[in-house]
Amino acid sequence: MSKTATFERGIHPKYHKELASAKSITQAKLPLRIVVPVSQHIGAPAKPAVNIGDEVKRGQAIGSTTGFVSSPVHSSISGKVIAIADFPTSAGRMVQSIVIESDGKDEALSFIEHPDYMNLSADEIKTLIKDAGIVGMGGAAFPTNVKLSPPKEKTIDAVIINGAECEPYLTADHRLMVERPREVVEGLKIIMKSLGVKEGHIGIEVNKPDAIKAMESAASGESNIKVWPLEIKYPQGAEKMLIKAVKGREVPSKGLPMDVGVVVQNVGTALAVYEAVRFGKPLIERVVTVTGNGIKEPKNMMVRIGTLMSDVIEQCGGLVEGAVKVISGGPMMGFAQWTLDVPVVKGTSGILVLAEDEFVSTDQYSACIRCGSCIDVCPMGLNPSILSIYSEKGFYEDAKANNLFDCFECGSCAYVCPAKRPMVQFIRLAKSQVKP
Amino acid sequence: MATEAKAHELTVSVSPHVRGDETVARIMWTVNLSLLPAFIMSVYYFGPRAAFVTGLCILSAVLSEHFYQTSLKKKSSIGDGSAFLTGLLLGLNLPASVPFYIPIIGSLIAIVITKLLFGGLGYNVFNPALIGRAFLLISFPKLMTIWSEPTAQFVAMDAKTTATPLGILKEEGMAKLIEIFGDKADLYTSLLMGNRAGSLGETSVIALLLGAALLLYRGYITWHIPFSFIATVGVMAWALGGNGGLFTGDPIVHLLSGGLILGAFFMATDYVTCPSIRKGQIIFGIGCGAITMMIRLKGGFPEGVMFAILLMNCFAPLIDRGVKSKMFGAVNVNKEQKK
Repeated sequence: MSKTATFERGIHPKYHKELASAKSITQAKLPLRIVVPVSQHIGAPAKPAVNIGDEVKRGQAIGSTTGFVSSPVHSSISGKVIAIADFPTSAGRMVQSIVIESDGKDEALSFIEHPDYMNLSADEIKTLIKDAGIVGMGGAAFPTNVKLSPPKEKTIDAVIINGAECEPYLTADHRLMVERPREVVEGLKIIMKSLGVKEGHIGIEVNKPDAIKAMESAASGESNIKVWPLEIKYPQGAEKMLIKAVKGREVPSKGLPMDVGVVVQNVGTALAVYEAVRFGKPLIERVVTVTGNGIKEPKNMMVRIGTLMSDVIEQCGGLVEGAVKVISGGPMMGFAQWTLDVPVVKGTSGILVLAEDEFVSTDQYSACIRCGSCIDVCPMGLNPSILSIYSEKGFYEDAKANNLFDCFECGSCAYVCPAKRPMVQFIRLAKSQVKP
Repeated sequence: MATEAKAHELTVSVSPHVRGDETVARIMWTVNLSLLPAFIMSVYYFGPRAAFVTGLCILSAVLSEHFYQTSLKKKSSIGDGSAFLTGLLLGLNLPASVPFYIPIIGSLIAIVITKLLFGGLGYNVFNPALIGRAFLLISFPKLMTIWSEPTAQFVAMDAKTTATPLGILKEEGMAKLIEIFGDKADLYTSLLMGNRAGSLGETSVIALLLGAALLLYRGYITWHIPFSFIATVGVMAWALGGNGGLFTGDPIVHLLSGGLILGAFFMATDYVTCPSIRKGQIIFGIGCGAITMMIRLKGGFPEGVMFAILLMNCFAPLIDRGVKSKMFGAVNVNKEQKK
């Protein structure tokens, strides 16, 4: 294979992708009820647009935007609103949610299709994307239409589709690229059109050769779209690392990708954009990888937004005896769950269940021996060792002076630390104690 | 509800939820293992007494750490291999002939004063084994400078004592040193193999390099400190070490003698007491090399590796403050500001 693109430093965790990488995406069962949080994205929460007792259809907006950086939410089933109240979410917070009980009919609204979607104007595309409630589906869940509306002084010249999927275990993007490459490419073209950009890139780690092949063949007719095989290295899929690998540009400290003329979108987001613009379909379902040794049958499933994790896990044969940890997302940056009665939301890329043999206790840690391993792997070029020590001692301002807020909590430092220090926890603690 | 019952058993913690295999204990025990060849050679050249001295150092280091911690109702940390390593390094830094109380006193100073009183592993400012040795050298200057002649037979040494190559070099000059060993080639060979007077573990360069190769291979140490340390010694010995003016010195004798190889690969690289940024480590190594040569050429002692490392230990935190690794995105910020 030709030389692969990458960034400096990073780690090589055990990937365990084989558990689910060959499993085709299957449709999850129609849930009996869904819980739709009004805030599944970064920005202002949506405002409930329905009342208890209302009948709703699949695809109907049930929460409307309350600001520019906000996103509507939609019902993913047809049925009746039975509650609007605070419910636990996978990020660990209580969020106002709309609970809908299915009528079993799964009736959809009629969506407005645009077979000539490439003739739509940039503004029309952005409106369709906004109304469809599309947010970044890689995990951060930033409203996509906002990303596609950079301030006038920022010139965007490239769009990168993030197919790195560097988180161990997860295979959702992988399967999408293998099974629906053409639609992902169309999504990319729509995004490029909305930004007026001529240059499209798709970055994929080389541990997904079938995805690279599928995307290359899907993009073969597009002279301005290039597929980039990327080195297998975590966190290759972090926005800044991906831009460095593909474009060789470094997003400035405290800056955004648009500061270097790039917009990055996840594979799943590109597909959602295509479906929203072409078929008028809002974001009401997504691919979720259900995996780990703690789950009986690992699967990649198309799950309706709002389906409870417990429902999804049941459809994968349930938990094995001795399953110890359930994580929303991947093992490096995902959230451990205390209850399984939390809904799958727009940013839920995976449900990972760790069995005892994969579980690492983080109770015991010792003093930093200053081995420098964390410094050698930090993709941001920070000194995690000193950040953790400052935080441990309560010197939060000193941590801030050592570029605390450039850390995006990828966890590489904690992964390599021989003293097993909870580096990310220390860093989050410091971040919570000082203003950026 | 079944799910609720299960929910109570779920572990919740901050990401990342998976960790690498590396542990402090594995690193420390690997370093101990890497010193095995040097230990074997010390017994080969200096007889069972070498094993006794080193063993006593290890035993007293481990016991003092254990009893200090248990008497303070703390968890004993001897399993992490670091007390063992301190004892081992101290032993390898002693002459074969020292009486039994020397290893015990040295280990107590190293473990209790230098390491535990500062807060234990990770908090000590100085390399514990070297402080132990420095204490002994200053308190028992005579006992610490009686060098037995190597026998190279795994047998008990006779009473014959001699000077170390660096001692001869300092007192009597290069010509005399070559004469004692036969010719230049014999001198180099003896130094490489370890067939010369000196501290137990420092003499056999070849055994030390074997251990160093393991540590480099495993990534537990990098080239930065050893290379910059050794290169500085070599250049300074060549430039300033000769009698015939600049650049007439013999760097090879300086590189193969004294505690340079042991110090550069196994002691200056001690994580806790060296800088953790690679660029800073090069500065640290150069500093170690320069101080070593200043002592060897101009100081009162024939050998300077120990004091050089200890002095540079003082500077390690300062170097870490001053030298930062290149931050991602930092360049662009500067460019932007210039615009």
